[in-house]
Amino acid sequence: MAASGLLLVLFLFAHMAGNLKIFVGAASFDHYAHWLRDIGTPLLPRTWYLWIQRVGLTAAVVAHIASAVVLARRARAARPVRYAHRPKVQGSYAARTMRWGGVIILLFVVFHILDLTTGTLNPIGDAQHPYANVVADFAPSRWYVTLFYTLAIVAVGFHLRHGIFSALRTFGQQSPRGERRARAIALVLSVVLVVGYLSVPFAVLTGLVS
Amino acid sequence: MKLWNEGDPIADKAAPDGPVETRWERRQFGAKLVNPANRRKLTVIVVGTGLAGGSAAATLAEAGYKVRSYCYQDSPRRAHSIAAQGGINAAKNYRNDGDSVYRLFYDTVKGGDFRARESNVYRLAQVSVNIIDQCVAQGVPFAREYGGLLDNRSFGGTQVSRTFYARGQTGQQLLLGAYQAMERQIAAGNIEMHARHEMLELIVVDGRARGIVVRDLVTGEITTDFADAVVLASGGYGNVFFLSTNAKGCNVTATWRAHRKGALFANPCYTQIHPTCIPESGTHQSKLTLMSESLRNDGRVWVPKRAGDDRKPADIPEDERDYYLERIYPSFGNLVPRDIASRAAKNVCDEGRGVGPGGLGVYLDFADAITRLGRPAVEAKYGNLFEMYQRITGEDPYVTPMRIYPAVHYTMGGLWVDYDLQSTIPGLFVIGEANFSDHGANRLGASALMQGLADGYFVLPNTVNDYLAAGPYPAVATDDPAVVSARASVEDRISALLAVDGDRTVDSFHRELGHIMWEYCGMERTEEGLTKALSLIRALREEFWTRVKVPGTGEQLNQNLERAGRVADFFELAELMCIDALHRAESCGGHFRAESQTPDGEALRHDDAFSYVAAWEFTGTGEPPVLHKEALDFEYVHPTQRSYK
Amino acid sequence: MDITLRVWRQTGPSDRGRMVTYEVKDVSPDASFLEMLDVLNERLILEGDEPIAFDHDCREGICGMCGMMINGVAHGPERATTTCQLHMRHFKDGDTIDVEPWRAAAFPVVKDLVVDRGAFDRIIQAGGYITAPTGAAPDAHATPVPKADADAAFEAATCIGCGACVAACPNGSAMLFTAAKVGHLGLLPQGQPERDSRVVGMVAAHDEAGFGGCTNTGECTTVCPKGIPLTLIGRLNSDYRKSRSGRGR
Ligand SMILES: Cc1cc2nc3c(=O)[nH]c(=O)nc-3n(C[C@H](O)[C@H](O)[C@H](O)COP(=O)(O)OP(=O)(O)OC[C@H]3O[C@@H](n4cnc5c(N)ncnc54)[C@H](O)[C@@H]3O)c2cc1C
Ligand code: HEM
Ligand code: HEM
Ligand code: SF4
Ligand code: F3S
Ligand code: FES
Repeated sequence: MAASGLLLVLFLFAHMAGNLKIFVGAASFDHYAHWLRDIGTPLLPRTWYLWIQRVGLTAAVVAHIASAVVLARRARAARPVRYAHRPKVQGSYAARTMRWGGVIILLFVVFHILDLTTGTLNPIGDAQHPYANVVADFAPSRWYVTLFYTLAIVAVGFHLRHGIFSALRTFGQQSPRGERRARAIALVLSVVLVVGYLSVPFAVLTGLVS
Repeated sequence: MKLWNEGDPIADKAAPDGPVETRWERRQFGAKLVNPANRRKLTVIVVGTGLAGGSAAATLAEAGYKVRSYCYQDSPRRAHSIAAQGGINAAKNYRNDGDSVYRLFYDTVKGGDFRARESNVYRLAQVSVNIIDQCVAQGVPFAREYGGLLDNRSFGGTQVSRTFYARGQTGQQLLLGAYQAMERQIAAGNIEMHARHEMLELIVVDGRARGIVVRDLVTGEITTDFADAVVLASGGYGNVFFLSTNAKGCNVTATWRAHRKGALFANPCYTQIHPTCIPESGTHQSKLTLMSESLRNDGRVWVPKRAGDDRKPADIPEDERDYYLERIYPSFGNLVPRDIASRAAKNVCDEGRGVGPGGLGVYLDFADAITRLGRPAVEAKYGNLFEMYQRITGEDPYVTPMRIYPAVHYTMGGLWVDYDLQSTIPGLFVIGEANFSDHGANRLGASALMQGLADGYFVLPNTVNDYLAAGPYPAVATDDPAVVSARASVEDRISALLAVDGDRTVDSFHRELGHIMWEYCGMERTEEGLTKALSLIRALREEFWTRVKVPGTGEQLNQNLERAGRVADFFELAELMCIDALHRAESCGGHFRAESQTPDGEALRHDDAFSYVAAWEFTGTGEPPVLHKEALDFEYVHPTQRSYK
Repeated sequence: MDITLRVWRQTGPSDRGRMVTYEVKDVSPDASFLEMLDVLNERLILEGDEPIAFDHDCREGICGMCGMMINGVAHGPERATTTCQLHMRHFKDGDTIDVEPWRAAAFPVVKDLVVDRGAFDRIIQAGGYITAPTGAAPDAHATPVPKADADAAFEAATCIGCGACVAACPNGSAMLFTAAKVGHLGLLPQGQPERDSRVVGMVAAHDEAGFGGCTNTGECTTVCPKGIPLTLIGRLNSDYRKSRSGRGR
């Protein structure tokens, strides 16, 4: 769980860094997308790297979901009878929404790939010009897409705030100071991610990027 | 009608004589041993999983015997020992303050008001040292100093620092140590644990204790279990008073059933009343909570001078307060021993000067301590006790003085045992608070834990072999008349309790019995009061058997049925306690007879007439019991009268 | 004060069980929650009903026997307080209070509010001890223990085995209970020789008993009457990882 989760976190950071290139300009962003496909050449044939990354990511997602399912099923088995008076959330909200959060993220990723990778759902859908795709995506008239992205990214934020903390605990952080540090790290990383990701659609929305 | 008859004296035949220092060593050497290969063929039943029973079961199983353990709670870890707060004594002399085995022996004999056996007490002091080693090895997290060594404190008025503690949870930590040792043996298959089982009868075959009848508290099933020896470690009977600091389930049933089968019951009237408990808050009160005695180090005890003064404590000016302990006992003041502090509180309340609901309470005031030491210092010392008090009463003791009142805490009496801890029924051993052995008429603070663990870890495992060496004893047939009748008596009693179907609850009887005992057989006893109590108890016992209502059936978890059985036994015990208190026309330790006091109101012992253990033989419910006296000799510590003025 | 109680009644393991409503009048604010149930039970008995079964013994917050869900919170609304130490003054006149047993597959309901927590004993059997046969111990001062370690071990050792952590955990996990014992013994020098086998054995017994997996939700520590800290779970994880990867001691 934690290992696959952390792998996904690494991807998210790399991906965010790539996305932020949008502020540098269309050329740079598009170049980045091409570069992604060129990594490893001539050692590897073109786009192989990308496919390796995709396979790796898929494996991580599958492993991640598989272990989430195992845990969820164990939890159900461990409490076959529910409480009549549902326990209020006492710990953190983020912690209690991991499973639903994960599902929302998954749905988002599916949508997102159809949108920006395959272009199926994108108004432009030109794989050669991802910059244009993105700009078209978040046009003010398509506010609902922006809203969906926002919701999804906030969900990612919540998921990670608990996820990173939890992963650090799983790897054995154990002093009260370590605990405070882990909570802080988790919070900062999640906020950075949320802000980093959200900056793109909002920049397009406000016309900062066009 | 005569209340009791006197029978032949008895004696402890197991203790060697000669120098007290080597008696234990010589007894161990003299005891027959069991070959390790044969131990597997020998079974021991241990009833109770407190400090005494838990440590005994673990140690016997480790030695290779087959052990079967019983407790009424859902896990052995919950035995009442878990509640002990203060600490455990041991003559380690880690403080170099002049402590020694001999001094602990001396203090305990004197503290017991010269009503305990020297041989036993000396052994207890000797073994105390090993207990601490054993517990540390098990991982008991005793308080430590910065250097990493164990911390000690002085406790209950002793002049040396010999009490080892784990914050306010010493009993819990010691018990978890014993419990974990037990669980290890359970996993190894050497102990078979039966939680939520209550022993309801002892099986005696051919004059030997050979088994018990138990009820599975979940299914209600009655079963029998046989063994080569039976150990009772079922704790004390303070709950005969209904309100006490004991856990709700503490009972006398196991020992009382053995008593009915022939085991003598010794010194039943010796009960310890603890002065610093939180007073009753109303008729709903179900038990009382103890607060550490250490509070008396800084708190000042007082009541208003005028009876019926119901002003708020803050509104009562200094010169209208009576700091009665400081007034009557100027040299010890608020630190007089437990029995004296308790009785003094009762006296002022009887004068109508008590405070709080029902006038049953005295103030324990920290205002001076807070001014003198500052609030942070008081907080550091007593913070968690203050918190506990506030949790229970809803009052803030930093602002309003605490209210305290005495409550029944410990019972020194119990089944009579010899030096081997064997009762008068061969094969029946009794350890911990359930026996009468080491505390005489009064127990020093922090010595019950010591005794329970001494008995279980070190004494019993070295004496029971002398009895088991003659085993295995012939198998007991389930159709043996003794077994059949023991079982039938349990079943009949349960049916009888269910059949009454009257109009009063078990608790209402228990509460009323408790009132009678507290009033007449509590802190101060008189011939007149005890006689009256006896007739009240008898009448109430009869009413119980015609009016009690126990809902439900015997074939299910039925907590009222459990309680009803316990209360039925408490009635019989209460009678014996009153008879014992009546016959002992002296004051000693926890037993204060108003007729036997010095001109200034202090306890007066009569060593010439009462220097003996009163061991009672059962002759039938409501029938006069037979008194057997075991004379006590004091070769080492010579009796003196206590004085705290 | 007057209270409306909705209590889970279940005659035995095979009964389906249901919530039953009782009105309790004139409750003293000074009564504890269990004393309030006592008063109700006295009435039920006289009315010919079966009283509500619930576990309790010490009634001073140390034996760990009591425990019930009160309005969905294990041991009720007061932090760091067992049910027996919860007083009615924390409720308001006219309140409706829901009372349910601990819910976990590993804690089957025995009757009404009584559950079977034997699984905890089985976890301890799997290694929650230090092997120290009676009589073999060295002098207590032979091994000094740094005060900080002794204090931390003590803190972990205060667990009363009540099961509230399991009751509150959304995963029905007993990891806090398990971690408390692993932490207590693992923090002391005496506990080192068995440190690896202990954690592996206890976690296996925990899973075997049917408790859920811990996802670090932290509800357990919130309701724990002894405030057993969550950091102990991190410690357990670290010990577990080290011993499984052979990097343990
Ligand atoms: C609040 C409080 C604080 C105390 N503080 C201290 C202290 O600081 N220092 C000190 O030295 N002493 C203290 N004491 C006294 C001390 O705790 C007890 O005397 C001692 O723990 C008794 O241990 P035990 O093993 O004999 O019995 P218990 O611990 O009472 O165990 C009795 C066992 O017997 C079982 N049992 C009982 N009846 C039956 C039955 N019929 N069938 C089956 N099983 C049965 C129970 O389930 C239990 O397992 C304190 C006592 C109280 C009440
Ligand atoms: C980019 C996507 C994702 C990332 C970066 C991510 C990251 C993480 C991380 C770091 C954890 C903490 C692991 C731990 O506790 O040790 C975690 C936990 C979890 N994730 Fe994800 N996750 C992602 C997607 C998903 C998806 C799609 C699902 C489910 C469908 C999901 C479900 C869960 C669940 C249930 C947990 C809690 C289990 C636990 O804490 O161990 N996650 N995730
Ligand atoms: C507003 C924020 C985001 C923008 C602008 C964005 C943009 C893009 C673009 C342009 C691509 C196509 C890259 C290419 O094929 O060249 C892409 C792919 C992808 N994005 Fe995002 N993304 C955003 C947020 C996210 C989030 C939050 C996640 C995950 C939780 C995510 C997961 C992915 C994945 C899995 C791919 C496919 C990678 C591949 O083709 O292998 N993205 N994104
Ligand atoms: S960890 Fe806390 S909640 Fe869990 S059993 Fe121990 S004391 Fe109870
Ligand atoms: S609530 Fe449950 S998920 Fe873990 S942190 Fe506590 S055991
Ligand atoms: S009854 Fe013992 S902890 Fe509540």
